[in-house]
Amino acid sequence: MNSKIKIPKSGLLTAAGLLLVTEAYPQQIASEKLILGFASLVVLSIAICVLLLAVLTKQIVKQFGKAQKQKEPKDFLIYLDNLTSDQIGLFLKNKENKKSLVPTDKTLLNILLLIFCLQQTSSFAQAPARSVPLLGHTGIIITIILIGIPVTGGIFLLFFKILSAIKRYRNMQHMSEAQQLAAYLKKVESEALERDLKRRKTQLDFQLTNNELAGSRLAEDERGLLNNVVHEAALTFVARKKNSQLRPKVDSELTRLILWYIGCATFWLVFGTTVGEYIGIKFVAPDSDHISWLSFGRLRPVHTNAVFWGWASLAMLGLGHYVVPRVSNVKLFSTNLGWYSLIFINAAVFFGTICLMSGINNGGGEYREYIWPVMLLFGIGLALTLYNFLKTIASRTTKEIYISNWYIVASIIFGITITVVAYLPFWQNGLGETIIQGYYMHQGVGMWFMLFTLGIVYYFLPQQLNKPIYSYSLGILAFWTQILFYTTIGTHHFVFSSIPWWLQTVAIVGSVGMVIPVVAGTTNFLMTFKGAWFKINDSYTLPFFLTGIVFYFTGSLQGTAEAFRSTNLLWHFTDFTVAHSHLTMYGIICFFVWAAIYALLPRLTGIEPPHTTVGAHFWLALIGLLFYTIPLMYGSTLRGLMWMEGKPFIDSVIFMAPFWLWRAIGGSLMWLSHLFFAYNIYKMLVSSGVIDIRQTAFEVLAHEDTIH
Amino acid sequence: MDFFDNHKNLFGAAFLLFLILTVFVALIPAVNNDKNNAPLPGQQALSDDAMAGKAIFVANGCVACHTQQVRNVDMDKKWGKRPSIAADYAVNKRTDLWRNTATLMGTERTGPDLTAVGTRQPSKEWNLVHLFNPRIVVKESIMPAYSWLFETKKEPSKQDVVVSVPAQYLDQEGSVVATKEALQLVAYLQSLVQTELPDGVAGRFLYKKEVKNNPESSNADNDAGLDGSALYATHCQACHQQNGEGLKGAFPPLKGSPVVLNENPELMLTIIMNGYDAREEFGVMPAVGKNAGLKPEEIAAIMNHERTSWGNSARKVSVSEVKKLMEAIQQLPNQ
Repeated sequence: MNSKIKIPKSGLLTAAGLLLVTEAYPQQIASEKLILGFASLVVLSIAICVLLLAVLTKQIVKQFGKAQKQKEPKDFLIYLDNLTSDQIGLFLKNKENKKSLVPTDKTLLNILLLIFCLQQTSSFAQAPARSVPLLGHTGIIITIILIGIPVTGGIFLLFFKILSAIKRYRNMQHMSEAQQLAAYLKKVESEALERDLKRRKTQLDFQLTNNELAGSRLAEDERGLLNNVVHEAALTFVARKKNSQLRPKVDSELTRLILWYIGCATFWLVFGTTVGEYIGIKFVAPDSDHISWLSFGRLRPVHTNAVFWGWASLAMLGLGHYVVPRVSNVKLFSTNLGWYSLIFINAAVFFGTICLMSGINNGGGEYREYIWPVMLLFGIGLALTLYNFLKTIASRTTKEIYISNWYIVASIIFGITITVVAYLPFWQNGLGETIIQGYYMHQGVGMWFMLFTLGIVYYFLPQQLNKPIYSYSLGILAFWTQILFYTTIGTHHFVFSSIPWWLQTVAIVGSVGMVIPVVAGTTNFLMTFKGAWFKINDSYTLPFFLTGIVFYFTGSLQGTAEAFRSTNLLWHFTDFTVAHSHLTMYGIICFFVWAAIYALLPRLTGIEPPHTTVGAHFWLALIGLLFYTIPLMYGSTLRGLMWMEGKPFIDSVIFMAPFWLWRAIGGSLMWLSHLFFAYNIYKMLVSSGVIDIRQTAFEVLAHEDTIH
Repeated sequence: MDFFDNHKNLFGAAFLLFLILTVFVALIPAVNNDKNNAPLPGQQALSDDAMAGKAIFVANGCVACHTQQVRNVDMDKKWGKRPSIAADYAVNKRTDLWRNTATLMGTERTGPDLTAVGTRQPSKEWNLVHLFNPRIVVKESIMPAYSWLFETKKEPSKQDVVVSVPAQYLDQEGSVVATKEALQLVAYLQSLVQTELPDGVAGRFLYKKEVKNNPESSNADNDAGLDGSALYATHCQACHQQNGEGLKGAFPPLKGSPVVLNENPELMLTIIMNGYDAREEFGVMPAVGKNAGLKPEEIAAIMNHERTSWGNSARKVSVSEVKKLMEAIQQLPNQ
């Protein structure tokens, strides 16, 4: 037992040691240690096998000695204790029948087998003697491991064969003893024994009726607490999830509006990520086409802008149209304004995409590639929504403004502000453009997407967990600190550039300050989960929320880590930034938005999404994201090191090739998950068209009632 | 707090805070930067062609992969002689009514920085071939091919700029001719140079790599332990190729070249330092050594790599020999 515990520990130590060694010394020593550890592990397990076999053999020998002795009647008496009722019944029946049983003789033991076993044992005893040549050549190490695996496997196979042979032999011994016992039982004659056994049998046969406490009346569920009872239970292929709870119908006008927002958003998601997938493939296959409209430089902003303004923004706004009136406890001020806003934003993304592909852009600033007439459409859409939401909140019937509305409305105000600042020309000559660019692109991410999404989470997370948010104050702390710190961090995208040094420093300090709102928000969400973790198992929305929270914490703090001057040296200009933006915009924003959509849509339409495809969406998106980001971060770090060492630039391009391939693979999985998502949306929007027998039957009944 | 139960107070306060911060971290610095900034005295204005080329550069989103900023850190030294300063960007004004200023600093360096590409790679021939399909000259490049900036003509006229493209990169028979846009884009790339600072002081690079003084290599009169093949990859390979065979009709081979194999390294060194344009059938060679500010040790490493690779077997040159020759060459006028 002791040795069993020691193995993993020493294994861990070896692994840790190996890590240290690999850092300090060349590969050769590390691989030698690896071989040593591997060999000693094999030898140790073989030794344990031998030990076990020895113990077993000893037992067999003892048993064999016992079996040779002639049994006396008193030897059998111990078997008459603790008989079961059935055994007693059989015994008594036998006594009554007085029928004779003829035991069949069998050959006792197959000596040959044992000899065979022993031969095998001796042959494997030589195995550990196989000396391992400690050569550092990778080929030799691989060969040794390749040989070692089947040899070790064979040894273990042999061990189990021997075990079963021993077992068979032992059973033969037991069989013969059992037959002797049966013969004895047939012979024995004793009135007293029979009487005792009869009494014992009635004792053993006593049973409770199982309704001593409950009585014999059927249980009743007077308040209808039992629901969704499944009668035909079967093995479930995927985890069974709960259906969403039915809610009073939402205003059908508003429902239609929200569904259109989500529908359009889904279209832009599929479109935008199809483009993203294609440009990801272009890193691996740059000659996949030579068409100007499909060239990398033009498609990249098409991808980013379509998923920003088309997918995420429309989806958030759609959800906002539900949350804002709901927490204000009034109807939406105007559904018409909502429609106009939807049309304006869709038009912006449509015309923007056409412009970018035809080569008309604003001058290369990230997420600012749409020219101003196009972005004006987006701005009008936001302004209409802001007016609509403010009017709704003004007529609220609650005293307080729920925290969701703080975040949502503030994010729209900030969204409009940054768009105006970014598109007005008065401060954008020379480096001014770059200062505004840093401010704009980061505020777009943090003050528009992040704030809005947090507002959505503050409504839907407590709703899905069916408990209030852990701390309202933490939410408010996060709100104000987010504004205070996030606004200042824009220029951390231009550290070491010609932008004033003090401004870069302010940005870095602000990035560190972001720890406060991020930790406050994460704590708040996780503490809301507290005591309700079990709900994740049978909910299809909560896994999305939890993933979003995890990425909110890790992704945001990664942003802080990237802002330092030292890390900028390593990571700036590499694909690390791309990985980071996907961890955050995808891991946080998309997962939260998906969670909220899956929470809301079944309530609006009354139709459940197929739980299997929701699961497929979740896992493909999550695994895809990890495949996308982790290799990219790893490769970029090493690329940064190559740059610092002054290696030729083209070497770093060649080096990145496998990591770009991983990115394409991960991207493909993510893209596939969006097809599942689109399918789920479709399923939630459109009823299946198959006639529900029960529902129809009741409708027929109701119809007949009205006629009579 | 009751104060925040009024939506006007709440959203007014949030907006005000955001606006004040915006003014201080974005608007005031931006306006200040504009006010206290002017182009350097020696800075050349873009020609009309280069201007048009810049518009093509912007339209095709080249900034997605190419930065135009030499940061003041040591690792960026290879992209320019000095760190970029605010004055370098002062000439950038709003493009037109529809489009914003294009400063084009960039945030992603999937491809090389272009701040001084006009100095590093001024060859028109190279740039045109590279634009048509980058993999002709840089096999491992993942840059898109801009072949739509070229047309194929059966019989090009005299004014046409013919690009020599290897047959396997051609879809149809004929000669590849650069369109006006391709030439404008190249003109823009050629215009990307760093203006000398007036008083001749170079900017300071931070985070310098610690140079370990190895007494053995500094005393020994060879290539000072520098990796000649890496230096070759950085400075020469784009044209002369990794296999030293160059490209037919564009860049001459170094393999078996009499200049490279010559016992006397003077001509070879002169060409590396000052460039070369004596042979009609090949493109112009820029003054690689001068432009990149290569040191004698680095030159010697490159020369020895070229003189002993791909089957070349000329004698190795020593650093002191190169040093002496370089002093002599500096007296010569520029190419």
